[in-house]
Amino acid sequence: MNVRAQISSVFHLDKCIGCHTCSVACKNQWTDRKGVEYAWWNNVETRPGTGYPVLWEDQERHQGGWKVEGGELSLRQASPGASLGRLFHNPNLPVLQDYYEPWTYKYDDLFTAPAGDVQPTARPVSLVDGKPIDIASGPAWDDDLGGSGTYAANDPGLAVLTEAERTQLFDLERMVFFYLPRICNHCLNAACVAACPSGAIYKRGEDGVVLISQDVCKGWRMCVSACPYKKVYFNWETGKSEKCILCYPRLEAGEAPACFHTCVGRIRYLGVLLYDADRIAQAASRPDQDLVAAQRSLILDPSDPAVIAAARASGVPDAMVESARRSPVYRFVKEWEIALPLHPEYRTLPMLFYVPPLLPALARSASDPDGRFFTSLESARLPLRYLAGLFGGGNEAVVEAAYRRLISVRVHRRAGQVGDVSPAQAAAALEAAGLRAEQADEIHRMTTLAPMEERIVIPPMAREAETEPTVEPQSRSASGLGFLRPLGR
Amino acid sequence: MSWIEDVIAPSQRTWEDLYRSRHQVDKVVRSTHGVNCTGGCSWNIHVKNGIVALETQALDYPRFSCEVPGYEPRGCQRGISASWYLYSPLRVKHPYLRGTLMDLWRAARKAHADPVDAWASIVDDPASRAAYQQARGQGGLRRASWEEALELVAASTIHTLKRHGADRIVGFSPIPAMSMLSFAGGSRFLQLLGAVNLSFYDWYCDLPNASPEVWGEQTDVAESADWYHSKYIVSMGSNVGMTRTPDVHFLAEARHDGAKVVVLSPDYSMTSKYADEWLPVHAGQDGAFWLAVNHVLLKEFHADRQVPFFADYLRRYSDAPFLVELEEQDGQVTPGRMLPASRLERYAGEEHGDFKFLVWDETADAPRMPQGTLGFRWQQKKGQWNLEMKDGVDGAALSPRLGLLEAHDEVAQVSFVDHATGRVSRRGVPVRRIPTARGTVTVTTVHDLLFARHGVSRGLPGDYPASYDDADAAYTPAWQERHTGLDRRDVIRFAREWAGTAERTKGKCSIIIGAGVNQWFHADLAYRAAITGLVLCGCVGRNGGGLNHYVGQEKLAPVAPWQALAFGLDWSRPPRLQNAPSFHYVHSDQWRYEGAADLGQLDPARNGHPLTQGHTLDHQVRAVRRGWLPFFPQFDRSPAQVVREAEAAGARSDAEVVEHAVRELRDRKLRFAVEDPDAPASWPRLWFIWRGNALMSSAKGHEYFLRHYLGTRHGTVAPEVAKGAVSEATFRDQAPEGKLDLVVDLNFRMDTTALYSDVILPAASWYEKDDLNTTDMHSFIHPLQAAVPPCWESRSDWDIFKALAEKVSALARTHLPEKVRDLVATPLMHDTPAELAQREVLDWSRGECEPVPGKTMPGLAVVERDYVHLHDRFVSLGPTIRTAGLSAHGISWPVDDLYDELVRTRPTVEWGGARYPSIAEARDAANAILHLAPETNGESAWRAYHAEEKKVGLPLADLAEKTRGVRITFEELARQPRRLLDSPCWTGITGGGRTYSAYCLNVERLVPWRTLTGRQHFYLDHPGFIAFGEALPTYKPKPERDAVRDLTAPTGDAGQALTLNFLTPHGKWGIHSTYGDNLRMLTLSRGIHPLWVNDEDAAEIGLADNDWVEVVNDNGAVVTRAVVSARMPRGVCYLYHAPERTIGVPRSPSRGGLRGGSHNSLTRVRLKPTLMMGGYGQFSFALNYWGPTGNNRDTYVRVTKLEGEPQW
Repeated sequence: MNVRAQISSVFHLDKCIGCHTCSVACKNQWTDRKGVEYAWWNNVETRPGTGYPVLWEDQERHQGGWKVEGGELSLRQASPGASLGRLFHNPNLPVLQDYYEPWTYKYDDLFTAPAGDVQPTARPVSLVDGKPIDIASGPAWDDDLGGSGTYAANDPGLAVLTEAERTQLFDLERMVFFYLPRICNHCLNAACVAACPSGAIYKRGEDGVVLISQDVCKGWRMCVSACPYKKVYFNWETGKSEKCILCYPRLEAGEAPACFHTCVGRIRYLGVLLYDADRIAQAASRPDQDLVAAQRSLILDPSDPAVIAAARASGVPDAMVESARRSPVYRFVKEWEIALPLHPEYRTLPMLFYVPPLLPALARSASDPDGRFFTSLESARLPLRYLAGLFGGGNEAVVEAAYRRLISVRVHRRAGQVGDVSPAQAAAALEAAGLRAEQADEIHRMTTLAPMEERIVIPPMAREAETEPTVEPQSRSASGLGFLRPLGR
Repeated sequence: MSWIEDVIAPSQRTWEDLYRSRHQVDKVVRSTHGVNCTGGCSWNIHVKNGIVALETQALDYPRFSCEVPGYEPRGCQRGISASWYLYSPLRVKHPYLRGTLMDLWRAARKAHADPVDAWASIVDDPASRAAYQQARGQGGLRRASWEEALELVAASTIHTLKRHGADRIVGFSPIPAMSMLSFAGGSRFLQLLGAVNLSFYDWYCDLPNASPEVWGEQTDVAESADWYHSKYIVSMGSNVGMTRTPDVHFLAEARHDGAKVVVLSPDYSMTSKYADEWLPVHAGQDGAFWLAVNHVLLKEFHADRQVPFFADYLRRYSDAPFLVELEEQDGQVTPGRMLPASRLERYAGEEHGDFKFLVWDETADAPRMPQGTLGFRWQQKKGQWNLEMKDGVDGAALSPRLGLLEAHDEVAQVSFVDHATGRVSRRGVPVRRIPTARGTVTVTTVHDLLFARHGVSRGLPGDYPASYDDADAAYTPAWQERHTGLDRRDVIRFAREWAGTAERTKGKCSIIIGAGVNQWFHADLAYRAAITGLVLCGCVGRNGGGLNHYVGQEKLAPVAPWQALAFGLDWSRPPRLQNAPSFHYVHSDQWRYEGAADLGQLDPARNGHPLTQGHTLDHQVRAVRRGWLPFFPQFDRSPAQVVREAEAAGARSDAEVVEHAVRELRDRKLRFAVEDPDAPASWPRLWFIWRGNALMSSAKGHEYFLRHYLGTRHGTVAPEVAKGAVSEATFRDQAPEGKLDLVVDLNFRMDTTALYSDVILPAASWYEKDDLNTTDMHSFIHPLQAAVPPCWESRSDWDIFKALAEKVSALARTHLPEKVRDLVATPLMHDTPAELAQREVLDWSRGECEPVPGKTMPGLAVVERDYVHLHDRFVSLGPTIRTAGLSAHGISWPVDDLYDELVRTRPTVEWGGARYPSIAEARDAANAILHLAPETNGESAWRAYHAEEKKVGLPLADLAEKTRGVRITFEELARQPRRLLDSPCWTGITGGGRTYSAYCLNVERLVPWRTLTGRQHFYLDHPGFIAFGEALPTYKPKPERDAVRDLTAPTGDAGQALTLNFLTPHGKWGIHSTYGDNLRMLTLSRGIHPLWVNDEDAAEIGLADNDWVEVVNDNGAVVTRAVVSARMPRGVCYLYHAPERTIGVPRSPSRGGLRGGSHNSLTRVRLKPTLMMGGYGQFSFALNYWGPTGNNRDTYVRVTKLEGEPQW
């Protein structure tokens, strides 16, 4: 057992408002500068929809992630160095139009326009060439089903539905959407790391955060195409690639990453997971249907004495194991099994998990007449197959099981709080979902009452390891003095 | 082993310091955004290298209960983009003047040594006045110095005072709660001048008139954490996901605790995504849904089976058991007035017996007069104004009958109109016959009338529906289908779940409601229908229950000391406070575009009753004459001139001045300005705008503002049709253009208002000034603070008005050296004995009664102005607070010792031989408020409750006992937000970690609501409401396209066009117009504020997503792009509130190349006459509390695809 620690996350989609506060927090902090205007390390998509960059899930085109052939796992795109020519022409790279051409406005015209016979206005101009721009795409262009006939209708995930089902989704009576916020998944089997010809991308040993060294990156952009989630961005100013850093400077200061801190829907949970690195390749090679289970099986129980011992042997500090025991992510993913990875079939073992959204039932006039009090799976507006395509590698059973649990918690609470659902009905719902009443109460508590310090459990980051305690001056004394920063390794 | 190697060695990772350096900041300062979003979120402002780098949400709200989710974090995508403004190219960094005006001013200053003379030379010359007016908004701004700008504005102020009178100077700033000192700086300056403050809550159409109608309360709602206690939540007309972003998590969390959430919305909204069920109700038809729900509630939970909890609640807390007299006319029996106690022999001679009402006591089997009604509130003997069910004379316990079904003398056939069809139904109602001084009268109860109105027969004869399926009978579940589009079965099931939950939880059902319902012409009716559903199930005054109306950040918690300071009441009173809807309707001449028949089209209930007759302007004029509504300017001459004339005629005392004025009014030698609004003597002249976007985002009828206020280019093509239609006011053939001499805007961004103003003064942003913030969404108070000093040449609003006050005082030494006596007219005010003024509606101008100030006409008071000491007064907390104490909601309490503490412990100023607490700095003003307010000073709270105890006669001060020692200061708020203390100025009870929910004080402590009966009103006993057919909960149809007549002007060959209902819901990428012009929000949306259209509608005119469209009606034209989406319903379009016409707007082909307008280019305001009623109980005026609203949803537009490239 090769135990490692990974700071992991859960996004509770039922609570997501789609407000994009996370996106702005991230942009303000990290990408409000030349070269990455178009880059949104955190973005929020409306589903059904085509996302950002547009149709990023179309791996036929992008060739992102991993494939399994003859039991062998390999990058879907040609591996680095396989063809020198690919370094200079990568046909799988998204182009600016797949993101959008960033723009601003000639705000100053409002102040400087000479007296005339028409009111001045600030025209939009491109941030790329400074010329007037005809804005036709943006980082959240199909937000809230804007342009549904063009975007939502072409969501690749809808391919699993019948033609009739697809059409019905856009009848007002059956209308539905939800939000999918996305950051880097800090994958266990990160395609970007594997694809980098320069070795610039690495997982931090202490917390699993995936980083691109800005000293080493040569701007080959193989990571951009290899990442199936399109979460690596090329900075056209510096000529290097950048991506979500999970706000490690904030984590190191004991603060939640900016997008977690600012998540006003309180949908985001963060904590340590322990996993067995020796079994990564094996887990990532399983058939699509089994990937969710395989990934779960990698995750180790931090209270298991054998795991604790192995963790010590693997050099994981006790404090990290202790933190893993308090991890809300462990509970959502492993204990309760209601949080699922996004597109496990990309086989990167993403370490951001999603609790799927409960969606409104159809009104009675359009649904089955047995009139259950809450959303039932049978009367939900969005077919389970679509959700299984997002979160189950096509396996409907794992998604359905999560839904049964989520619904049973509400039924259980309703029975206790109001009583118009009988105790027997509540017990039956829990039974069918495989939950105990205490577990249901714990899920309820974690979903509603838990304060920030229970939702976001940051381990001690042992930053003192960077100092050299026997040497003066210590590195802390030079902290922040930019000119003292040693050049790259 | 994985081939993905982990890297641990720190020495290999020193590059990581790159991102660490970006994260490091020098200091973090607590502030927030003053932007009327209701969020009231506390933010940490991160300062790096002396520059605001970014902001993150504060997480340190005190957790007041572990039983409810916490308030962290609070703050949304808009708030977190605020730092963009500080250093953006949109920032107003220096004072600006319109170039044309600057040239005129500089020339005039050369020619005139005195600035006031210089200003007069410009505005007295029609050519020069027109020159700069016509240049408004058309570019040509020029940078000025502070000195030059302040001198010009002060000169204009003095000139207006002398030439026209103080009430020709007006100011507009919205929603003080969001930054209450910034508001107060301007209002204090204006009120010390004697100038006019305009209201905002009603103008924004955020005021839910049903709240004063039912509860006598402006608005009081639950904080968002209270939703968690609710077990059934309906969200209607409110897209909380979009507009209450920091609070939506409570909705999700309530669901995970077993609550059911149902959303009524015409589109599949962000909040529908959150719901258990989405009911796609037709736009503007929520009232019909609730009337049908109430039909089911009445039948199944009040008639077929009686739920004891519901019945008991109605008996104690509603007007359901009160007696209503039936009137018979032309063979029709209709409900009339509530029977007053004065009519019974038993209660003859009772003080205010006309204002005490009766129930049918089961024990005595006779009418009895319970305590707590209006007469008890204002009578000499205190202590009987409470909800104990006792007889007001002998104190005997009463057990009122809810209805007379089991004790009636006979059944009367009462007529009810379905206003949708005009059909009259006669329905049996149980009645008693009562002998009175004026003969025998027939009475029934409000409860019995409710059954009949809703069509629930209880076995009584008449035109009752046979079943839920009778689609022709109002208000059955089948009947509502044609209005709402909702299946009757969904309505019935909803009603059962609703009442079932309320019965089991004792009223934990709630409604989240907002602008989507509130901004229709007949919004108050829809609200009342919904409130009826709540009250019928005992859901008001409960944690987890109630009507939660969230539209605007209206809750200014420390209201009592704040209003004293903000309106200069510490120096002089009464203030001049104007309801903006009336003001703008009249002065921006929108009335000229309304025809004689228009009101009848909007309101089908006009039945020949004199109270319903006339043009809307006629209603407005009558309301002013009767003292129902204020109106400024008051008279056809300066109010100081009126005093001078009285004195010249021999008046020696204030009373004689008033007598003289009344005589002159009666003899029509003195006229109200509103009677001839277009006369130059009636125009407003000088307009101060700060903290708001008065010319655009809130300017219903924006193009009329441009034409009549500003005199610049405008896009209206509407025909003027009021000639001959108005009887109470003069119609002048030539419509005035450019009424305003000067428009002054304080702003930190170049928004549309700034662009069209004459003078732009650079204001400090929210991260550059000290201020206070409260909201109804949570129960904390917290500060704004200067994270960095005001950038460039900007100054805080407080400091700008202080500087103006100094300039005005300096010029006054020459121009107004003596004190000026000024006659102030005020309407009959709510929460004063004037609520007893007019039981009957009589008009002194027609000789129906005597003109009596404060009784049959406005109150009149002489106020002395001291312009030389204006600045001294501005910076000093005046002595009247010390002598008169604080007051709010009809109670007063002493604070003299607290005032003295301020003098002892805080900065002071000394002048004229006296020493006062200094409020020269906003922070000191904030501390003065905090030190006096019951919400932040426990001693003040205790005294306020003590004062309330005396009126009510029941113990209340115990609520403040435990927190009597609390004193909250600004410095403490800078450290952490603090929870507000309970106070009788509000109605929640939050001790012991309870969440705030409205009216718990009334239900638990038996404090009456401030209404006629002291209870919640189903029945609106006002002659006007009865005449308009709105005494009972009622459905009136949404005025359709032909009724609102937005599309009468001829259009050219517009090609294929869609005609759609035009709605402006609050949007995702801005708070009103703020943030909507910043790059973050524009990038995340579509770079423009687009028009949302249904896909099938779009297909009809070949419109594709992102195509350019032109949207027009008589009022104006908008050019934007379309978002085509299946989530939109057919027949309506959305232009989310509120775009600026300054950001990427092309020219309008149909308006000759004029710049395209914005949402309010397409609106025109229509005032609802019932909302002008006054002088009686809860139908009495208070600013932002009562009065007609600036409703805007009943608007239609024509949408066409823009041909060719957009022209810039």
